[in-house]
Amino acid sequence: MTLSFRRRAVNAVMLTLTGLCTVFVAGILFVILGYLAWNGARSLSIDFFTKLPVPIGQTGGGMANAIVGSAKVLLVALLMGVPIGFLGGVYLAEFGQSAFSSVVRYVTDLLNGVPSIVIGIFAYAVVVKQIGFSTLAGGFALGIMMIPIALRTTEEFLRAVPVSLREGSMALGASKTRTIFAIVIPAAKSGILSGLMLNLARVAGETAPLLFTSFGSPYWSYGWLQPTATLPVMIYTYAISPYEDWHRQAWAAGFVLLTLVLAVNVAARFAIGRSASHR
Amino acid sequence: MTTVTPTMFTPAPPANESKPQEHSEIKIRTEDLSFYYGSFKALHEITLEILERRITALIGPSGCGKSTFLRALNRISETIRNTHIEGRITLDDADILKMDVTALRRRVGMVFQRPNPFPKSIFDNVAYGVRVNGLGDRGSLKEIVERSLHRAALWDEVKDKLHHSALELSGGQQQRLCIARALAIDPEVLLLDEPCSALDPIATAKIEDLLFNLKDQCTIVIVTHNMQQAARVADFTGFFLMGRLIEFDRTEVMFKKPSKKETEDYITGRFG
Repeated sequence: MTLSFRRRAVNAVMLTLTGLCTVFVAGILFVILGYLAWNGARSLSIDFFTKLPVPIGQTGGGMANAIVGSAKVLLVALLMGVPIGFLGGVYLAEFGQSAFSSVVRYVTDLLNGVPSIVIGIFAYAVVVKQIGFSTLAGGFALGIMMIPIALRTTEEFLRAVPVSLREGSMALGASKTRTIFAIVIPAAKSGILSGLMLNLARVAGETAPLLFTSFGSPYWSYGWLQPTATLPVMIYTYAISPYEDWHRQAWAAGFVLLTLVLAVNVAARFAIGRSASHR
Repeated sequence: MTTVTPTMFTPAPPANESKPQEHSEIKIRTEDLSFYYGSFKALHEITLEILERRITALIGPSGCGKSTFLRALNRISETIRNTHIEGRITLDDADILKMDVTALRRRVGMVFQRPNPFPKSIFDNVAYGVRVNGLGDRGSLKEIVERSLHRAALWDEVKDKLHHSALELSGGQQQRLCIARALAIDPEVLLLDEPCSALDPIATAKIEDLLFNLKDQCTIVIVTHNMQQAARVADFTGFFLMGRLIEFDRTEVMFKKPSKKETEDYITGRFG
């Protein structure tokens, strides 16, 4: 009797504790999101999406150039980080049993832990010194930040594909390479893609590496070799300014950044879901 | 583990007892086949002859080496690191260890313990081997897929949903799909590694019927835990124990009057 009472009491306490922790964590997230959405949505206007920033002292204007700038920088980052990370992950998962690959794994994890501002300095030294502040340099910095996660998520998801599928393919006379590209990668596709989306969302909000690579600009940036405004840098600049109107725009920018990342995520998931059920 | 075989474990030479009554040719022959996982010797000098267009069953308790033996026959065992084969395996008198492995696996198909359909459509599953081996063009591909599904007795159940995902099928259907997939490249030998262990009795019965029907088209080697299954479907049965072939004979002989005590003990359920 007492034993069963004790068990029930412990159960009730533990359940409450774990429940409270969950509520706490989810609560923080919802407070942040809610606060951002409330302030951001209130400050949004059509002008925000269509106009350039206005000089200090005037009110109004928008961040059209920063929205486009962020998209361009992220595109460069994606084109650079994903192929390297993906192919490296394929190598580690499928061929990586040697000492060399454990070194690669270790170095990758180290790279993942490098502060983003250091990556920015690296990009400054390697790219900006040669071609100047530019979209390309910003994309390069973010691309480097994408590599470790792209690599490790690819590796993890490929490893999770059952051996029985590989054997099934090879038993039909397929070579190892063919098996990897025709069976293993398609089977891991949706996991790898959602990993990439999270990765993209993470670097989309990076500010420090962009400060001295893509720099910033109040104008439209044409091509890939000019400095460009980006949403995170604009948020940073506007949020630390002393102007009420700029604070308002910084909130709006934060909200737009969040929404765009979310939209890309949902779109990608939808696309994956459709192609998966179609096959 | 590597000590010399004690005399009581010496495998019976199957040729003397079984060959005279058979008109069939020897399809696969192993001579002193030993298999190692690292330094562990999992198979001890197996000598065995598998006749063409017959069903040969391999039985024995878990870990006795029957699956290892089967997996050596199409060299899928090579995909596991740190393993090696000693001895000889011949397919139509050609040494398979010297063959191009892709060519070998085209001739020796395999069906695994758990159904392992690819996460693709039913059609693409069956077409996969054909495409990989570059057999058949676009027009004949459809015919090959249809014929293979017929041979695996699955056509009627899937003909209206060839482009649905193979993962929507039931376990028994998936296993027949895997058989269809293996048959699509017209293998001369079909290896089955406990193909019914994950299936219910009805699905099992379907697969057994299927094996009967396939028998005139290819040589079948099946590993099974289920002795009734071996008795029902197999022409020949081999009994493995601790990595050795204890006895190999016609199935009736094996089940009615086995010559080795271990075989009798296993078959009558005294161990294993």
